[in-house]
Amino acid sequence: MHPALQGLITIVLGVGGCLAYFFLANQALDRFIFPPRPDDRGRNINRANLVRPWLFLLPAILALGLYLAYPVIETLRLSLTDRSLGGAFVGLANYQQMMGEPKFWEAMRNNMLWLIVVPAASTAFGLLVAQLTDRIAWGNIAKSLIFMPMAISFVGASVIFKLIYDARPAGQAQIGVLNAIWMKFDGGIGSFLFLKILPAIMLIGFALVVGYAAWVVLRPILSRGSRSAWWLRLLQIGLSGLGIYLAVLALINVFRVLGAEFEYGQPQTWLTLPFWNNFFLMVVLIWIQTGFAMVILSAALRGIPEETIEAAIVDGANPFQVFFSIKVPQLMSTIVVVWTTITLTVLKVFDIVFAMTNGQWQTQVLANYMFDKLFRANDWGVGSASAIVIMLLVTPILVWNVVNARKEMK
Amino acid sequence: MDNIAGSKSTLVWTVHISVALLVLLWLFPTVGLFVSSFRTADQIATSGWWAALGEVEQNLVLRAKDPDDFRVERDSVYVVEGNLFEEGKDARISVWGTSSKAISAYQPGDKADLKKGETITVDAEGNYVWSGPESQMKGRGQRVFVTAQTPPDFTLDNYRKMLLDEKNVDGMSKAFFNTLTVTIPATIIPIVIAAFAAYALAWMEFPGRALLIAMVVGLLVVPLQLALIPLLKLHLGIGIGKGYLGVWLAHTGFGLPLAIYLLRNYMVGLPRDIIENARVDGATEFQIFTKIILPLSFPALASFAIFQFLWTWNDLLVAKVFLIDATGETTVMTNRIVELLGTRGGNWEILATAAFVSIAVPLAVFFLMQRYLVRGLLAGSVK
Repeated sequence: MHPALQGLITIVLGVGGCLAYFFLANQALDRFIFPPRPDDRGRNINRANLVRPWLFLLPAILALGLYLAYPVIETLRLSLTDRSLGGAFVGLANYQQMMGEPKFWEAMRNNMLWLIVVPAASTAFGLLVAQLTDRIAWGNIAKSLIFMPMAISFVGASVIFKLIYDARPAGQAQIGVLNAIWMKFDGGIGSFLFLKILPAIMLIGFALVVGYAAWVVLRPILSRGSRSAWWLRLLQIGLSGLGIYLAVLALINVFRVLGAEFEYGQPQTWLTLPFWNNFFLMVVLIWIQTGFAMVILSAALRGIPEETIEAAIVDGANPFQVFFSIKVPQLMSTIVVVWTTITLTVLKVFDIVFAMTNGQWQTQVLANYMFDKLFRANDWGVGSASAIVIMLLVTPILVWNVVNARKEMK
Repeated sequence: MDNIAGSKSTLVWTVHISVALLVLLWLFPTVGLFVSSFRTADQIATSGWWAALGEVEQNLVLRAKDPDDFRVERDSVYVVEGNLFEEGKDARISVWGTSSKAISAYQPGDKADLKKGETITVDAEGNYVWSGPESQMKGRGQRVFVTAQTPPDFTLDNYRKMLLDEKNVDGMSKAFFNTLTVTIPATIIPIVIAAFAAYALAWMEFPGRALLIAMVVGLLVVPLQLALIPLLKLHLGIGIGKGYLGVWLAHTGFGLPLAIYLLRNYMVGLPRDIIENARVDGATEFQIFTKIILPLSFPALASFAIFQFLWTWNDLLVAKVFLIDATGETTVMTNRIVELLGTRGGNWEILATAAFVSIAVPLAVFFLMQRYLVRGLLAGSVK
């Protein structure tokens, strides 16, 4: 049978079947199981109304249970068994084997890098665009164009960026933009300005921003006897520690950048440069996710009460002060939402790495590592174990979301 | 409001210029691929796509007309005259040569000596005069290597080859229809199931409702990766195997949490009066749902439909695991592109066209229905 025909039949059967199920089940409930007979009308209507929600929910619960809830438990079970031993229970052996693989630690390291860089950069760019386009006439067109990559598949985006990173042997015309620009640098004064001074300034700026953020987080604890819960304080100390670490790291790298020797005039195969190639892959996701961050933050920016901004301007605040001291604090909860949503996307990132490098040249990430184990090595045990690792990384966000949703409903 | 205290024109200009730069930066990658998909393999290989918008310098190998058919005798030598370029092509030659080892040996207008009395002259427009004794002027036409400035030149050939050519093994037409076949049922079916569930969660009172909503929010973030092996095992076990049915079911299951969440949040906001009044008037719950709730929820339904459409159209992982079998008959476009990246890594005319075929539909949906997409995003990110 032709697949298109099969698709059509499935639509008709699926949609028709669902509608028929709901209609017939409701009819059966009202007419035959609990018919509102004159003698016990009230009781039967109540009984029918007790059952009815479950009729409405049944297909969804079945599908959710079978396709999402059951796999979580089953994956956990599989991660504790060995397929080649006929599914025998092996305890934590799969996890042990996984921990012993350098490729796994490479994937973990890269994933952590992704988790820091992509949400931070996407949110920052999104906030920047949202703020800049907020008051200009053609802001909506600009936003729509920056939002556009959201519609492009990860695979499509990978092709787009592979063209940008394309490298040809020296002497041929470079058709990748990045190498075309790179070949313009010759070690002269321009190269010094753009490749040494500019990155150094950016690193110093980054160190200042992160250091300041760490200070802001840490200040309430240092100044007075904080009354917040111990775990919140622990979180604050952890966050500021991370911030200080990043700031110091950035400052150290200023010297490394200034002292670096570049291969001028040599076309670079960007995707095979160890460590840095991770960032070239991240650019793809940042390019896609910035639009998402921008849309959410832009709506939140519109929601900020005008009075707070007007008051600040009357008090003589300059536009930067208005943005950083008035707007950003009021956007904080939205920024957290955007950040966590992008974090979830990052944890599941598979297509980009799969299509561009397939984890070669030290670009492995967890999701691709897992795919490798499952469908190339055919090792379901270790594959499931790495899936569970992804699940564990997601769990804090899951709990946070559920707690918040419950709070909101009350 | 930023410039309430007197307008700061430099700041305003800085804002305009930085937004313009950001937009250009964001568009640049896509435009690059788009332009490349309209260039020939030759053009792509010899210059960057940004050069395609102006004049391009190209190295070409051209051939004079066959002497057997076109030579004319003049003053006891045989002469072939003509133009190296195709009719109507407006190119200018800067240097040329007659051997692949010296492609820039002559200036336009120079006379090249080809030994044994044979000579050829080429001018800047590509007109040539090739002459020699009878013994030399036979066989195939003389090869000429030129470096020429050619005007922008775009072609639809790549698309013709990738979409319409039945014999092309790299073609995308089948993958295109396969993607469509996956996408449409996988978009419609979860909507129906989710709409009923969302109505129950929004407007019916029953014990365990709060718990169910919390579960939906929790399942919203469960990574797909966990579901792959158990479900594949299940599908193989109950005889669905790898195929369309499996991928439809999988997409339905994976799309449901977001669908229920979006629709429930929207339905809760509908006015209570309408529903209560309908109940008082004796409408059954089924009637309330189909006659009142569904029509009113159209914006939320549209939002989710776009999400699910984009997600299923762009998906690679689910299709790879649940759909594509060893025969590769059911391959989807994303998978096709990844394969092409492996086998045709350097053939950018093929890659660019294939990628753009797959990107075009989501882009069209995006620009037509952006309003609903934005609304869905705002409602869907868990606050």
